[in-house]
Amino acid sequence: MQTDHPCAEWSGVMFNLMRDAGIDLFAHVPDAGNDCLIALAQTHNDIRTVLLTTEEEGVAICAGADLVGKRGVLCLQSSGLGNCINYLSLAKGGRFPLLMMISMRGDYGEENPWQYPMGQATVTLLQTMGVLVFMVEDRAGLEKAVSAAIAASGKGAQAAAIVLSQKFLGAKGF
Amino acid sequence: MTVTAKANIDRREMLPQLFPNSESWLFVSGLAGASKDAAALTNDGPNLFTMAGAMGSAVSMGLGVAMSAPERNIAVINGDGEMLMGIGSLITVASIQPRNLTIVCEDNSMHGETGGQRGHTADIADLEAIARGAGITSTMTISESSQVAQAAAFIANEPGPKFLVVRVLPTPPCNFKRNLDLAACRLRFQEKFLAKA
Repeated sequence: MQTDHPCAEWSGVMFNLMRDAGIDLFAHVPDAGNDCLIALAQTHNDIRTVLLTTEEEGVAICAGADLVGKRGVLCLQSSGLGNCINYLSLAKGGRFPLLMMISMRGDYGEENPWQYPMGQATVTLLQTMGVLVFMVEDRAGLEKAVSAAIAASGKGAQAAAIVLSQKFLGAKGF
Repeated sequence: MTVTAKANIDRREMLPQLFPNSESWLFVSGLAGASKDAAALTNDGPNLFTMAGAMGSAVSMGLGVAMSAPERNIAVINGDGEMLMGIGSLITVASIQPRNLTIVCEDNSMHGETGGQRGHTADIADLEAIARGAGITSTMTISESSQVAQAAAFIANEPGPKFLVVRVLPTPPCNFKRNLDLAACRLRFQEKFLAKA
């Protein structure tokens, strides 16, 4: 993994918090925001990563892990949340304690107009489907938000999402 | 294997022949008929998680179980409509190559739950070819009851991940009323598994 990557420092912090909580399955679609986290996960033999063809597969994969007492995390962009909505029936109806890590698009500084509809709907959609939202707006708030989401989706038995704002991640240029 | 023969397999009698030791398996079943057949097989037991929604998710859920319980045999039972709605999951399965995962697709070439509308697999889409194209190499399609024993041997002996298409007669599924409370079914499955583990 590149140590000079802008996400390297905080991704390491996030990975350690997740690993310490027993999260050993990282389901993901490729994304600049989770690039370092997934690369880090892939360097550990006791951690499995799953590259998805579409985000909702990860909701079901993490639910399957939960059925046998294991913990996973689904890493996606806000645009991919729309693909997950029906599968989030598992969270709201089945009380599967899903953990998501969502990189925002379509908020601070976004230059791609395609990203705004889903970006601006992300928090509302999560809450509508029974997923608690833990927003990260800046580096100082990262550990608390990640720890809170891990606790909520662990002993707290709730579905929870860590939502990384573009205020924190920075916006992609177009 | 291209199948042109007319299917004569009765889905209501098939699963007990494919899984003679069903209590040793963990099952995830896709919504509608497949879940009724799977529930009849296990008497809606705690080694089965049945779906009645989130259509398309059964294979992915089975993959999550298979990756997290590598010492157990996992089977996903689904129908052709459910399989097609989550067809990309076959690609994800192939990239992970879980040795302990078997997928059995009951293909009646129609949407039995919604009125029997003709489906894509009626003479057009070939699910086994799609699975092979995804990268799953242990695959089989059967359409005659005389082939069911061969299919049981395929499940018992071939290396996973395995994908079996069973072309079935257009009969109703097993008439079995299962528990549809997904939160209760989650706890039931988890508690039984963890007590055994």
